[in-house]
Amino acid sequence: MSFNLLVIVCLLYVSLLFAVAFLAERRAEAGQGGWLRSPLVYTLSLSIYCTAWTFYGAVGYAARSGLEFVTIYLGPTLVFAGWLWIVRKLVRIGRRERVTSIADLISARYGKSNLLGVVVTLIAVAASTPYIALQLQSVTLSVAVFAADQPPAWALPDSGATAAWVAGGLALFTILFGTRNLDADERHHGVVTAIALEAVVKLVALLAVGIFTVWTVADGWADIYARIEASPVAEWPLQPGRWIGLTFVSAAAVLTLPRMFQVMVVENVDERHLSTAAWAFPAYLLLMSLFVLPIAVVGLERLPQGANPDLFVLTLPLAEGRGDLALLAFLGGFSSATSMVIVAAIALATMVSNHVVVPLWLTLRPAGARDAGDVRGLVLLSRRLSIAAILGLGLLYYRLSGGSAALAAIGLIAFVGVAQILPAMIAGLFWRGATRVGAGLGLATGFLVWLYTLFLPSFGADGILSADIMANGPWGIGWLRPQALFGTAALDPLLHALFWSLGLNSLALVIGSLLSFPGPVERIQALAFVRVFEGDRARRGWSQGGADAEELLTLAQGILGADDALAFFQAEAAFQGKAGFLPDTTPDFIEALERRLAGAVGAATAHAMVAQFTGAATVSAEELMAVASEAREIIEYSAEIEAKSAELARTARALGEANDKLRDLSVQKDAFLSQISHELRTPMTSIRAFSEILGDPDLPPDLRTRYTGVIREEAVRLTRLLDDLLDLAVLENRKLQMNVKAGNLHDLLSRAVEAASNTRPERQMVVRRDLGAEFLPVFTDTDRLVQVFINLISNARKYCDAPQPELKIRARRKGGRIIVDFIDNGAGIPKKDQGLIFEKFARLTDTAKAGGAGLGLAICREIMVNLGGSIAYLPGQGGAAFRVTLPVRPQVSAGAEAAEGPAPTETLS
Amino acid sequence: MRQPLFLARKSYRLRRLVDAARLLPFLGAFLFLLPVFWRDPASGQSRTAPGAVFLFIAWAALIAASALIARRLAQTESGGPDAAAGPGGSEEHQG
Repeated sequence: MSFNLLVIVCLLYVSLLFAVAFLAERRAEAGQGGWLRSPLVYTLSLSIYCTAWTFYGAVGYAARSGLEFVTIYLGPTLVFAGWLWIVRKLVRIGRRERVTSIADLISARYGKSNLLGVVVTLIAVAASTPYIALQLQSVTLSVAVFAADQPPAWALPDSGATAAWVAGGLALFTILFGTRNLDADERHHGVVTAIALEAVVKLVALLAVGIFTVWTVADGWADIYARIEASPVAEWPLQPGRWIGLTFVSAAAVLTLPRMFQVMVVENVDERHLSTAAWAFPAYLLLMSLFVLPIAVVGLERLPQGANPDLFVLTLPLAEGRGDLALLAFLGGFSSATSMVIVAAIALATMVSNHVVVPLWLTLRPAGARDAGDVRGLVLLSRRLSIAAILGLGLLYYRLSGGSAALAAIGLIAFVGVAQILPAMIAGLFWRGATRVGAGLGLATGFLVWLYTLFLPSFGADGILSADIMANGPWGIGWLRPQALFGTAALDPLLHALFWSLGLNSLALVIGSLLSFPGPVERIQALAFVRVFEGDRARRGWSQGGADAEELLTLAQGILGADDALAFFQAEAAFQGKAGFLPDTTPDFIEALERRLAGAVGAATAHAMVAQFTGAATVSAEELMAVASEAREIIEYSAEIEAKSAELARTARALGEANDKLRDLSVQKDAFLSQISHELRTPMTSIRAFSEILGDPDLPPDLRTRYTGVIREEAVRLTRLLDDLLDLAVLENRKLQMNVKAGNLHDLLSRAVEAASNTRPERQMVVRRDLGAEFLPVFTDTDRLVQVFINLISNARKYCDAPQPELKIRARRKGGRIIVDFIDNGAGIPKKDQGLIFEKFARLTDTAKAGGAGLGLAICREIMVNLGGSIAYLPGQGGAAFRVTLPVRPQVSAGAEAAEGPAPTETLS
Repeated sequence: MRQPLFLARKSYRLRRLVDAARLLPFLGAFLFLLPVFWRDPASGQSRTAPGAVFLFIAWAALIAASALIARRLAQTESGGPDAAAGPGGSEEHQG
């Protein structure tokens, strides 16, 4: 078995993972993620529960303690068999509240308290770092097995180098595929698919080694049974206490491990997948443990005394001369280690950035700065750095601990650590009376007791706690001995830690909750969590406040990105029955916005950010009481009425808007009529006057030529005005003859920029374009499209009032549509006028300055409708901004079948 | 909404199915605990091999039962209009 071969296979396997993740991302982006969203992939992704610790360590565990190893799998089996109790509720809440991590869950439940988020993050990082170190150690050890029989020249320099390479590679993969997007809604399809693949590899590998052991080395199950009876682990004093404790702690861990929470709740795409996972995940665990005991027993029998039982999965096939099987087993172990590290790093990085970095940044930036700015960039950067830092921490721990302890020990220590989150979680799900104070006290107590009784002693005698403290307690106080608190020396150290940490944790939680009084937000959240299935939505976190929609849009754009924020605002506005991008800032809307933001930066941060804009508009305790004291029947009845009145309000709002618009239009139309009469009369007057002068036979020829010229110019002006009016009439009746041609958007834009430079040529305007992105093929009436572009660019030249006018043109393709944005740096268009600019005769400034009849944008809108696209004003871009959207393929019917009338796509205003 | 006091046959079956699913982990815990208390009369220790055989059989049975119930639940919940009490019906137990 060549060591070089191992390295090559390893690299090939890693490239395969990258390719799979990349393809999955691509498919998901293209919206073809059909099988990516199957219950099978969900179940397989849950298998990151089985890390290298279970892959290699379970056999070692079985070789040392017989049957006890199965407890690690029995706990999760019970949790998933009883999925209707806890898991389903967790997933439902996770989806409804857009929970981003387990820290976010606890923080959101207890009044969106960031402090709790920080505490949970701390526990998670403290418990996961040794666990990550353990994974690095397992890869290093397994590589060393293959390197052992190599000539020294070929062996790797040292084991630390292997760990460093693995950690670096994992950081790269995680950053590439784990931080592509922010929103919890856009899941990490690439990562999940790669992990599902790894789940298959580790299962196949362990089954292959097991089948080989049972039917090739041994002689079937009967023989294995006999060999177990004859082995050193044939009889074992099973301790009921340890058995129950370990089953319980593994059941707790499957709910509270950050990585499990990530795949089980955050990455869940469909709640119905749970009913498959309920039996399929336990089945996976059964298969993973089926051959553990046989491998352990045969390994003990065949391999020399003193061989490390943690590596039997590798060394047994090697000793039997099956290098290929050993290689497969190595890949299985490698898969187990890498998938755990990747998901753990993503989950921890999300927590660190959402609960530590972003809140810190919000506090530290200059006072009074309400504008969130580019939070998105900050969060992504902090997640990337956190991933690197967490892997670095794992590597550091590995180096410091020297990779000595037996694998199983570290895993169980981490399990007990994260189990400290369980009381706060369970109480949060089922007990409305659990409060923030109680949860905080419980978490802190449990964490400290865990540190003192289990984590610190795990560094060995004289590691961190001196041997003296271990034996006699601190300052010689015997009943504070770390492994025998209050004299409970009869328990084994793990059980002792579990008993005291969870016991005191729960006690503190209950007492703290009973004695404290929750705030309004806390009570709303408690209700929303505990009764998530009843759909009780007495939750109005906000009362009607004076938030400005455009400011909120700017905030949302900083976090969600411009496209998603605009789409969200547009959808909310449409839901309220309003056109455009700016909904009314009703409590419902602010609630929805906050939840949407929470999907990216966590509930606590989202709440704090939105609160900046709404002022002290959070609901008061009195208002809550008022709602709560109403009799239940009244609430039900009023819900019905509310639904009806919401419908009415929507209609009324739409009607009101239409009415306002009509009134404005009527005023404008009157103004226009006088305007148009004026526009028509002025040239007519001069034409009449000059033609009368021309009648004079004594007129000198040079004057005659000049006056003829004036008459012609005036006639041209008249014609242009009439042309515009006719053009508009044709467009509005959809009788436009489309002249569809293929063109390049870049050329069209260049043509438009050049043509528009005639408008106010004395003004210097910088046009910023992204030339690379503009090379998009378009099939449409290119002349008409250029006409729209020219109009928009000329408008920017005319109206942009910045001292150094600048126009940004951004083009891109999204879905089946091409989107071109024109954004200048002027003052923009006031909100009250945004609804009117696309109407005929609308003109915001006075006539003299504009020099047209106010038909330009109306014509643009009609052209875009005819081309099957649209044009809209984009608020909140820091200047006047217009978005032109057109389909990639022409909609043939648009112009041709005109007579019947209705536009193929709906207009925006 | 106030729940009716008596349910039609189909909704009744669905409720009992949900009950079964909820009780399953307790049955599992009982079965998984049994081998811990077995002792070999000769040595006074517990024997690994028979314990393992029992555990794996119990485990597989639990998985099979869980799969059966989950499938029946999924069928009933996505079933005809009569299952209207379905998704909601399985939930009011929480209250």
